[in-house]
Amino acid sequence: MNRVVAVLSRIGRLLPAYAVLYIGFLYLPILLLPLFSFNDSKILGFPLTGFTTKWYGSLAEQTALFDALKNSLIVAVVSAVVATSLGTLISRAITKHRFPLRRISQTLVMAPLVMPEIIIAISLLIVFLGIGIGTTLFTVILAHSLLTIPFCVSIMTSAFGQFDDALEEAAVDLGETSWGALRRVTLPVVSPGIISSLLISFTVSFDEFILAFFLSGNSPTLPVYIWSQVRFPAKLPNVIALGSLLILISILFLLVAERFRRRSERFTQQPE
Amino acid sequence: MTLDKNARLGLLLATPTTLYVLLLIAAPVGMTIAYSFWTQEFVDVTRDFTWANYREVFADPLYRTLIFRSVRIAAMVTLLTVLLAYPVAYHIAFNVKKNKAMWLFLVTIPFWTSYLLRVFSWKLILAQNGVVNSALLWLGVIDTPIDTLLYNSEAVVVTLAHAWAPFAILPIFVSLEKIDRSYLEAAKDLGEGPVRSFLRVTLPLSIPGIIGASMIIFIPTVGDYVTPALVGGSDGAMVANMIQVQFGKANNWPLGAALALSAVVCVTGAACLLVLGLKLIERSLK
Repeated sequence: MNRVVAVLSRIGRLLPAYAVLYIGFLYLPILLLPLFSFNDSKILGFPLTGFTTKWYGSLAEQTALFDALKNSLIVAVVSAVVATSLGTLISRAITKHRFPLRRISQTLVMAPLVMPEIIIAISLLIVFLGIGIGTTLFTVILAHSLLTIPFCVSIMTSAFGQFDDALEEAAVDLGETSWGALRRVTLPVVSPGIISSLLISFTVSFDEFILAFFLSGNSPTLPVYIWSQVRFPAKLPNVIALGSLLILISILFLLVAERFRRRSERFTQQPE
Repeated sequence: MTLDKNARLGLLLATPTTLYVLLLIAAPVGMTIAYSFWTQEFVDVTRDFTWANYREVFADPLYRTLIFRSVRIAAMVTLLTVLLAYPVAYHIAFNVKKNKAMWLFLVTIPFWTSYLLRVFSWKLILAQNGVVNSALLWLGVIDTPIDTLLYNSEAVVVTLAHAWAPFAILPIFVSLEKIDRSYLEAAKDLGEGPVRSFLRVTLPLSIPGIIGASMIIFIPTVGDYVTPALVGGSDGAMVANMIQVQFGKANNWPLGAALALSAVVCVTGAACLLVLGLKLIERSLK
């Protein structure tokens, strides 16, 4: 026991240094891709040989990439809208209403988050082929909406949960109908949450691989296209350049989403 | 049953989403269960009830090995991720006074970038001329590059421990943040040193966070496909890779479905044992 105490108290003093090292460990992989993307060599390894932007330049020649990008954008935009709409409806119900099976609904809609994705993928594949609708971008959209609903529900329940009911009651007292109060008071106040939910679900869908891999048929999304390229060493520098751009886009989206989420918290905070 | 207006409206608002998730989860999983009891005959599936697929899954050493290896790797990933993440969550909860939100945001950013690309990047880190070998050579620790860093189950464990980091930090942070600070002061007043009060107050009270983190990491990891496929090699292959083969090249969907469901049953059993173990630790510490 005394030895445990001695070791733990030593660890305690090193904690800040460890936390910084750990953050470095978290960022190492996503900083490495941009580093190699500017390296003037087909071999992805050290030592670095020189600076070039040619891997980015030659991305423009790959038409299959742009088709995949278009597919990914369609899927991510539609999934984000569908998941955010469905997520907003149920979040409003969960936070402001008491109804039968409320807890069961709440647990059920969070389920996609804890199910192994491969199980969701094969189950959907079996059903979609079984009922004869095949695999297309539409089936990827159905799957991605399912996967992103839990993210939208967590963001929107928090947005509605912090919303001060007195605002809506005041609007009704002042002569608004309950629909008018929802549209002109509640929705504007929770709108930063809605935007944050749209951006987060867009990002999740845009990066998702397994479901798209099983369900996209002949119209690959960007991650499925990247997967098909990873096997060819000659294509790797291009993949790395593309990957660096995608990481940059994801981080930009995330930063904007975070801004809106914070604004939503500030907007909806109840008076002390 | 009569419902008031509030309840009717709530039900109306909740129904579309609940139905959507129910239709896309319950119905497909039901179909998968049915498939696992059918038989593949060339291009057709014979719909006669049989246990043959499950018998094959548990009799064939290849499938058995893959399932047990997947559970073992997931358990190791869970343990490593929680061990590595706990001190960071502790640091943010107790040492960071301002900017806690900024720290948490910093921890979650990498998670939002493409999982596929992050795993691929680990291939570059562990390669023969990768980051680890180059650093060790440069430091003079080794003379020749280590060529066994990639393509084994350890590479899979490290890569996944990285991928799941925020899922461990966030729940543990939440449980640490909730601890009433007066308990710690009381322990101090009663003459407990910082380490003893950690072991007897902080750690037991953070077990719910550890359980939450473990579940959210353990269950999906058993079904991971990308990491074993990219950095696992043949020694690090997991059950999801074989499920994909059955639904692809081998074209034996009933067997693939039986494999997937067997993995789910094993993972559920293992998860229950894990929670039980953690609860026992919690009780013995209190």
